[in-house]
Amino acid sequence: MTARIGVITFPGTLDDVDAARAVRYSGAAPVDLWHADADLKGVDAVIVPGGFSYGDYLRCGAIARFAPVMTPVIEAAGKGMPVLGICNGFQVLCEAGLLPGALVRNDKLHFVCRDQWLRVENNTTAWSTRYDTGAEILVPLKSGEGGYMADRSTLDTLEGEGRVVFRYVGENPNGSRNDIAGISSPNGRVVGLMPHPEHAVDALTGPSDDGLGMFYSALDALAGLVSA
Amino acid sequence: MARVVVDVMPKPEILDPQGQAVAGALPRLGFQGITEVRQGKHFELEVDDAVDDETLAKIAEGLLANPVIENWTVRRIEQ
Repeated sequence: MTARIGVITFPGTLDDVDAARAVRYSGAAPVDLWHADADLKGVDAVIVPGGFSYGDYLRCGAIARFAPVMTPVIEAAGKGMPVLGICNGFQVLCEAGLLPGALVRNDKLHFVCRDQWLRVENNTTAWSTRYDTGAEILVPLKSGEGGYMADRSTLDTLEGEGRVVFRYVGENPNGSRNDIAGISSPNGRVVGLMPHPEHAVDALTGPSDDGLGMFYSALDALAGLVSA
Repeated sequence: MARVVVDVMPKPEILDPQGQAVAGALPRLGFQGITEVRQGKHFELEVDDAVDDETLAKIAEGLLANPVIENWTVRRIEQ
């Protein structure tokens, strides 16, 4: 059976169309979810895509976190549904408390838009099993508030439990603590990252197709769920 | 009705590049002696008398500030 992966659109979301395209490329069926939806239409996984939900008013993700659709997302995540937050989606998941920490203004204040090398630090999460640990992947990074911040004890926990999933290679683009580009929940089902795997699924339109591995990984995780 | 002011500031240990940029601009404008600037947010709420301090704290902590990176204070202003 084809996996159905929901892609949420908030007012101000930009990358929902590319996220849905990436889902299609991986062989799954994308399902549009609207911010005002009260249920997830029976999807198997959810992607919270990038953009500027609610105009980034107050703080990035601060308003989206209270959108009606987030109630079932938080509930489903608690039951182990794979959830991926990309860029603004990562910010939303942090604001929602599904992931620890927060994203703040880039340390040099500039909006960063470039192809960025990442190192895969943990290939056991629902969104990273298709990579080798230590593999370097090239995906676009485009954000103004991508600096990952958490207190020392949270960082120590993330590092100690292997929950830093992706780390920036080379110069730190935004001042993220420990060069962190993406992290996971304790059970590895919820992952958030600032760079954009959905923009790197086809060499014609992106710097590589390295991002596809995240979507394939989720399908593997779902297949495992079904057979388990 | 009362006016309530909520001030939200980045925690001291959080880098505040916007405040730093402001601090960097001041000497260029000829203002000397400003050693540090921290930039935050200032909210003014018009509030019914029935709203208690506990509720205001929930509003500040739950929405207006992100306690991971920001501190907040709530004040009632005499009118």
